[in-house]
Amino acid sequence: MSPQPQAAVGAPLSRVDGRLKVTGRAKYAADHKPDGPDGVVHAVVVDSGIARGRITGIDTGAAEAEPGVLKVIHHRNAPTLPYGPNPGSLNLPGQRLRVFQDDQVHFHGQPVAVVVATTLEAAQHAASLVKLDYAVEPSETDLAEAPATGDPVTYTRGDAEAALQSADVRLEMTYRPARNHHNAMELHATVAQWDGDRLTLWDKTQWVQSPRAELAANFGIPAANIRVVSPFVGGAFGNAARAWPHLTVAALAARETGHPVKLVLTRRQLYSGVGYRPAYEYKVRLGSDRRGQLSAMTHELRGETSRYERFSERGVLAPGQMLYTTPHVSQTYRTVALDVNTPTPMRGPGYSTAAFPIESAMDELAHELGIDPIELRRRNEPENDQASGRPFSTRRLRECYTVGAREFGWSRRDPRPRSTRDGDRLIGTGMATAVYDTLRAPGQAGVRLDADGTAVIESSTSDMGPGTYTSMTQVAADALGLTVRNVTFRLGDTNMPTAPLHGGSLTMASVGSIVQDGCDKVRQQAIRLAVEDEDSPLSGADPDTVVVRGGRLHLKDDPARGETYRRLLARNDLTRLEAMGSWTPGQSRSSMYAYGAVFAEVAVDARLGLVRVRRMLGVFDAGRIISPKLADSQAIGAMVGGIGMALLEHTVTDHRDGRIVNANLADYLVPVNADVTGLKAIYVEGRDDEADPLGVKGLGEVVVVGVAPAIANAVFHATGRRVRDLPITAESLL
Amino acid sequence: MSTETPESAASPPARSPSTPSRRTFIATTTAAGGVVAAGGLVAGPALLGAQEAAAADASPSSRVSLTVNGERHIVTVDNRTSLLDLLREHLDLTGSKKGCNAGACGACTVLVDGRRVNSCLILAVRLEGAEVTTVEGLARGERLHPLQQAFIDQDAFQCGYCTPGQIMSGVGCIEEGHTGSADEIRESMSGNLCRCGCYVKIVRAVEQASGRK
Ligand code: FES
Ligand code: FES
Repeated sequence: MSPQPQAAVGAPLSRVDGRLKVTGRAKYAADHKPDGPDGVVHAVVVDSGIARGRITGIDTGAAEAEPGVLKVIHHRNAPTLPYGPNPGSLNLPGQRLRVFQDDQVHFHGQPVAVVVATTLEAAQHAASLVKLDYAVEPSETDLAEAPATGDPVTYTRGDAEAALQSADVRLEMTYRPARNHHNAMELHATVAQWDGDRLTLWDKTQWVQSPRAELAANFGIPAANIRVVSPFVGGAFGNAARAWPHLTVAALAARETGHPVKLVLTRRQLYSGVGYRPAYEYKVRLGSDRRGQLSAMTHELRGETSRYERFSERGVLAPGQMLYTTPHVSQTYRTVALDVNTPTPMRGPGYSTAAFPIESAMDELAHELGIDPIELRRRNEPENDQASGRPFSTRRLRECYTVGAREFGWSRRDPRPRSTRDGDRLIGTGMATAVYDTLRAPGQAGVRLDADGTAVIESSTSDMGPGTYTSMTQVAADALGLTVRNVTFRLGDTNMPTAPLHGGSLTMASVGSIVQDGCDKVRQQAIRLAVEDEDSPLSGADPDTVVVRGGRLHLKDDPARGETYRRLLARNDLTRLEAMGSWTPGQSRSSMYAYGAVFAEVAVDARLGLVRVRRMLGVFDAGRIISPKLADSQAIGAMVGGIGMALLEHTVTDHRDGRIVNANLADYLVPVNADVTGLKAIYVEGRDDEADPLGVKGLGEVVVVGVAPAIANAVFHATGRRVRDLPITAESLL
Repeated sequence: MSTETPESAASPPARSPSTPSRRTFIATTTAAGGVVAAGGLVAGPALLGAQEAAAADASPSSRVSLTVNGERHIVTVDNRTSLLDLLREHLDLTGSKKGCNAGACGACTVLVDGRRVNSCLILAVRLEGAEVTTVEGLARGERLHPLQQAFIDQDAFQCGYCTPGQIMSGVGCIEEGHTGSADEIRESMSGNLCRCGCYVKIVRAVEQASGRK
């Protein structure tokens, strides 16, 4: 087939769903109102006030007496739910939390009852009237205090201990990135409606298949009985991938009361009701020669998990294995079970955690040896993936360094810490490398070209913000030879063909290739129809010489000879052409990652220790860029998230009772507008044709990975103080 | 524990200043909660006790007449209902979003009598005669408000959840004349969180709509 002209892909288009979003008409989960005579009733979760123990008493009298209250459900009156196995889900080793099935409390904030009332006000107030008594058991929520549990995950190559012994230079540091909560602006919300034994959920989710499978297992009903709808997601960053316990609460409340139920977690409840990026202790030892050639690295990690499930993430180990030439590597990753709820992947999962210790350690080594940090990284740039022995599909990291250094003005940098002042402020610059897995997954998309020359493509993926609606529209428009205006992409409904999880930066590569496949098939159907149709101007032409542009099929070398989809379909009495797109990533011979180099300039108030990021630059190798305007927003947005991780974000637990004390947006600080200036992103040119047919590597994760260490390294350069705990607070600099 | 219940949302509208308000009550119980929880048997998060229940009794409601996006509404509302919940749950205007219900995020920003406010912090019953403008009321038919258009042009959003609040706040910012410099806009827009991190472009959008660029 003749390659299609690319008009939409690569063009800086505005979001196709922009109008809906700026007019308030985009419907997020809590905005849905089920049809039906009695509208929707409201559920409010009551959560535990202790971290560990048993519920010994529950008094719902006052709550039930509240006007409008329909029911209070808790472990003493809830039906036994099947909670069957849910293989292939995002559930973790261990036993998932079973709501209202027993009197056990596993963490502070665990859902222990739900109040359902005709109005939100009544439900909220009644929830505050439910009285619980507990038999409290001692709890442990402090990663620093608790022993590791279970077998560690380990990785070894060479003999790191011996290599460290004989190294010219040895460094040993322990870094402590804090627990972070995703805190997407949208609260987790679900509207649940039963119709007999069929359930519809309007849910905030990155993967409509996920709540469907979980509720089917929990309620013991066929998955086919459950429909999940989620056209808009108000940010998620990984936290709306797993189906959390409140979904079961909502469905149970709807079933027990016989009404459609809306359940919206409060901001406070998001700190215990859904996951978070766990805190780690990350001990690094480096060995190198005087020229900065690494010989050995050891990583010893301890990461938080809950007592009822074991959360671990490969990404905390991967960069240490493949980012730099290192003959000897030894890694030991232990999880520490605490009386907390279970963590979950958060943007750049694992990699952004690991990048802080590894990229800080490289900066420490550069300083120790008096070598420029970029030069040190160049000297350790591997020729292949030393973990797998495979070649890299593409790795344009050197180019990222070169472009970044030039654009940022790196050569003007005085390498001595504390060498630059601007009045009371100490100025510093720093950089860090970013890396993230190129993930791909199989799935399907339905493509329909209508007789009027417009197309509709459906796939049950999601758009939590990156712009799936827009980028898929661009891919489809080019593959079909239509203008963007004539293409509609729909997502977020289990009634649509199955798509993989919208996360891990795999959507563009995976769903994009799936959509392109379906559109290619439809276009080829049309071309075949035309060349075999005696009445078509294309009759008898070689199908491989026909392209479609602006809804018109024509010979590639003779644009005058052709006709429109509309005429072709009308003449053949066809109302539509349809195809199912699919794509399954093949076994790869290569090691596939996206890369980046991130640069930061900070100003630190010499007397107050306050850090301000003055400017940042990220240069990324993410393969081909489908939607440049949106890709720019994603990278800049990730820098804002990374500023939070570096300087502000820290979930604080009172270890006496396991309560999170800053479970709100006034005390858990995230960057605000005034914190952010001078952010810039550059994508280096180039496809990765081994990754997928579109040549993309995924970008939503890699753009956050290097931000925190770049800032931390800039703070060191500004102040001469190496802070190894995140976030870097004013206190840590005084 | 219960501090996130909008404090004002539960306090009856016309109470003499000498009566202990729910605001102080919550503060007390929350403080006590921390202490008790460290000991042995504790009450649940629902620490508001019997006194509160007695006070609540039946839920009092009031009639309010207000104008929303140019349309007059006469509604009977539970006295505890916030303006945000009135818009979302009763008037089917779900454009205004709930991000914290505590005045900390700005997702619920609307204009009341031309001033931007966090609608989660205002009781509906206090709005007798008020004129409320929400994001649904900005466009003139198909013609977007210049700031809405600027948000699209500048790609000043990703997930779009904070966007209605940002836009209403931006309209307020422009009306108030806080667009003298990018720094001033940043300062003036800092009550509106955007977790997708679109701040740089939000500033550009406000600049575009205010004619600065
Ligand atoms: S919802 Fe009103 S300020 Fe957050
Ligand atoms: S656009 Fe997602 S929170 Fe602002």
